[in-house]
Amino acid sequence: MTRRLPRKDVVVVGLGWTGSIVALELARAGLSVVAIERGPWRDTATDFNIGTAPDELRYAVRNDAFLPPKVETLTARNNISQRALPMRRWGSFLPGHGVGGAGIHWNGQTWRFLPDDFRLRSKIVERYGEAFLPADSTIQDWGVTYSELEPHYDRFEHVLGISGKAGNIGGKLQDGGNPFEGARSREFPTEPMAPSHAQNLFAKAAAERGLHPFPRPSANLSTAYTNTYGCKMAPCTYCGFCERFGCANYSKASPQTCVLPVLVREPNFEARTECEVTKVNLAPDGKQATGVTYVDAAGEEFEQPADLVIVCAYAIFNVRLLLLSGIGKPYDPQRNEGVVGRNYAYQCGAGATGFFEDTKFNPFAGAGSNATAADDYNSDNFDHGPHGFVGGASMSCGHSNGRPILYHPTPPGTPAWGSKWKRAVRDTYQRVAGVGAQGSVMSYRGNYLDLDPTYKDPLGRPLMRMTFDFQDNERKLSAWMALRCEEVAKAMGAKQVLTGKLTGPWSTVPYQTTHNTGGAVMGSDPKTSVLNRYLQSWDVPNVFVMGASAFPQNAGYNPTGTVGALTYWALEAIIGKYLKSPGALVPA
Amino acid sequence: MTRPTRRTLLSASATAALAVPVTSGKAATIAGVLPWAPNAVTPPEAVTPGGWRYFTPEEAEAIDAIVARLIPADDLGPGAKEAGCTVFIDRQLAGPYGGHDTLYMEGPFPADPLPQQGVQSQVTPRQHYRAGLAALAAYCKATFAGKGFAALDTEAQDKLLAGLESNAVKLPGADGRAFFAAVLGNTMEGFFADPVHGGNRDLAGWKLIGFPGARYDYRDVIAKPNQAYALPPVGLQGRPDWRNKP
Repeated sequence: MTRRLPRKDVVVVGLGWTGSIVALELARAGLSVVAIERGPWRDTATDFNIGTAPDELRYAVRNDAFLPPKVETLTARNNISQRALPMRRWGSFLPGHGVGGAGIHWNGQTWRFLPDDFRLRSKIVERYGEAFLPADSTIQDWGVTYSELEPHYDRFEHVLGISGKAGNIGGKLQDGGNPFEGARSREFPTEPMAPSHAQNLFAKAAAERGLHPFPRPSANLSTAYTNTYGCKMAPCTYCGFCERFGCANYSKASPQTCVLPVLVREPNFEARTECEVTKVNLAPDGKQATGVTYVDAAGEEFEQPADLVIVCAYAIFNVRLLLLSGIGKPYDPQRNEGVVGRNYAYQCGAGATGFFEDTKFNPFAGAGSNATAADDYNSDNFDHGPHGFVGGASMSCGHSNGRPILYHPTPPGTPAWGSKWKRAVRDTYQRVAGVGAQGSVMSYRGNYLDLDPTYKDPLGRPLMRMTFDFQDNERKLSAWMALRCEEVAKAMGAKQVLTGKLTGPWSTVPYQTTHNTGGAVMGSDPKTSVLNRYLQSWDVPNVFVMGASAFPQNAGYNPTGTVGALTYWALEAIIGKYLKSPGALVPA
Repeated sequence: MTRPTRRTLLSASATAALAVPVTSGKAATIAGVLPWAPNAVTPPEAVTPGGWRYFTPEEAEAIDAIVARLIPADDLGPGAKEAGCTVFIDRQLAGPYGGHDTLYMEGPFPADPLPQQGVQSQVTPRQHYRAGLAALAAYCKATFAGKGFAALDTEAQDKLLAGLESNAVKLPGADGRAFFAAVLGNTMEGFFADPVHGGNRDLAGWKLIGFPGARYDYRDVIAKPNQAYALPPVGLQGRPDWRNKP
C-alpha cells in the first residue's frame, strides 16, 4: 500500500550537482524542499577517506563508487536493425550513484561552451549554407545565448572555485588564456594549476605551430578557496586519484565540498536517501504534476505530493523518468515525430600517443583536469569549408594519473606477457605522453532513447534503450583531429607516435566518456524540444528538468560547466518569475 | 507556496537527532546536520595469504604455474607468482567480482550478441575459471602423457599459453582464448593493485615501473618537472620495512 506523505513545496529527484544547487537555492527562497536520492549518503571523511580512497582496483576497476548495473542499466544497439542488449557491466560510460552523483568521481574539467555552440544551426547555415549540415542531422539552436548564460557560468565557477586563466574579459583578450572563449565578466576564482613536464612540452610545441595553448579550467583547485556559500576547499595535491574516485583532500569541487555542508543546515530542507523515485505523478488532465511516487530500500512505496517537481538525475535517467511518467510525447524515429528521447548525443575522441626518450614524465603526479589545452580546432574557430564536417574538438595534454592497472603502456609490437613485456613496461612507464582531442557529436534522426521492450529493472519497469552510433561527420572530425594531435606530439619531441581515431561501430565495452547528452532537450519550438529555454516542460509546467539531457547536441567539451550554468539560469527564472506566477514561462 | 512553519522547523531538528549515516541498504532521512560519525570509514577487507577460498589445491597449482609465465621472475625482480597473484585471483573469485554480484544478470541471454554489446553470458568468473582450468587439465593430460600444466617445462608452458592467446590451441569444451585473456587480465590486476588485495606483494609491481602508490601528495613532483622521483612506494597498509622495524 502506498503511504501518502505531507506535501512539500518542492521535490527534487536526485541529489548530485544540479539537485544540490536547486535544493539550496529554493530552500533559501523560502520553500520546503525534499530531495529524494536513490543511492546512499556519501561523505568525504567516511566514503573517500584518505586511508581507503587511493585504491585503484576497488574504485577504478571494480567500479565501487558507480551505479551498480543490477540496480539500473540500459540496453544498447547501434541502429534500429539490431536487437538491443543490456549493458551488464559499465564500459563506455560510468554513471554515478548516491548523494553527489557523478560530481563525486568526475575529473573536474569545467568548460564554458563557446558563443557559437548555442546557435550552432544558425551559425552553420549562415557561414556554409544549409547544404553543409550533415545528412539526417537534427542540429538545432539552444534557445538561450552565451551572453544570457555568462552570469550563471560565473556563478557556478565561483561556487566550485575553478582554477584557470581568463582569455577574454569583457571583450579584451588576456595573455595566457583561451583567445577563442566567450567574454567573461571577470578572472577565474583561482589561478591555474601547476603544469607538468608534458604540459610544458605541449605548450611550447603548440605555440610554435601557431596554436594558442592555455591552462585547462580545473575543478581540482590550485590553492585554498572559500566559495560563495562559505564552504572551504583545500589545494590539490596532484595525488593522481581523481576521475573514478572521490577526493579525500576536499580539493576537487563536488556537491560534498561545495554545497551539501550548507544545504543540510537549511531548516526547510531534508534529503531521503536510498529511496528511488519511480514516477512523476500527474493530475488527471496530464497538465500538472502532483508530486512523485518513490520506493524506499525496504520496498515500501510512498507518495510525496509537491507543487513543483525538479528532475535532477543523470541525463539518461532523466529521460527515462519522463518516459515512465508520460511527460512529453515520446520520440518516434520512423515518423520523425515526438520529442522525449530525441537528439541523444555523446562525445567523440581522437588522440596521439607519443613515446619519448630520456624523460621523466612522472605520470602518477597528476589531477583530473590538470592539462594544457588549445581550442584552435574547436567549434567554428576554424574554416570547416575544406573539411566537409561540422563541429570540432578541444585538444589537450596532461597526465590525469599514472595508476598502473589501467596505465602501463608499452611500445607497439611488445608482447602482452613474459619477460619481454616486463622489460618493456619497466622501460616505458616514464616515457609516454599523449595529446588528446575531445570532439563534439551532432544529433541525428537515428540516435535516440526510448524504453526497452524486453529488459526490466528490479522494480519491473522497462530499462532505457539507447540506439546510437557515430556518424560520418564525427568520423571525419575524429580522423582529422588525430592528425592534428599527431603533429603536436611529434613537435613535442616524441620519437614514435601512435594515433587513435573512431573506428568500427560505437562499442559499449571500452571506456570512452560519461558525457551522455540530449533526450530531453531545450529549445524554442515544442515540436523539437521537451523543455523551453528555462528548462521547463512544455507539457507540464510545474516540472523542470536539469542536466545535460537538455543539450540539443554536444559540443567539444566536458558538459558540467554548462550543466551548472543552465541550472542557475533556470533557477533565476523559477525564483524570479515562476514562483510569482506559476505557469508556463514561455507560451507554447 | 508555504513558508516553513515553527512546526516544520521543529520536526526537521527532531529528524536530525535521529539521523545516522546509512550506506547499507536502508533508507535514511537527513536534515539539520551532516550525518557524519568519526571513524565510520568503509575499508576494504585486507587479504591475508594462506589457504584457498575458491581454488582447489590443483587449480591453485595450475594458476601459480600460469602466472609465473605471464610475469616471470627474472633479473628485473619478482614475477606474478612471487607477488601473490594466485592469492589475489583466488580472493577476487571468492568475492563479489567472482559472482558478478553487482552486474545486471537478468535474462534473456541471447547466444549471438554483437561484440560491441559486451559481456552477455550467464557464466560468472568463478564458473569461467573452474571450467577453463578443467579444460586445460584435460588438454594437458591428453597431450603431454598425463602431465598437468604445472609439470611441463617452461618452454612447453610458454608455447601452450601462446597457442591459447592466438587461438591456435583449442581446449576441449572451452574457449581457450577467452580463458587466457581472463587470467592475463586478472594477473595484471593482481600485480599492480594495492597489496591490501593480496597481490603486488612487497610492492613488486610498483617497484618495477616506479609507481609510488598511495602517497597522495605530489606537489613536490609537479614543482620539479622531468626529475626522477626518489621515494619508495607505499600502499594503503604502508610498506613491508615499516612492519619489520621495532
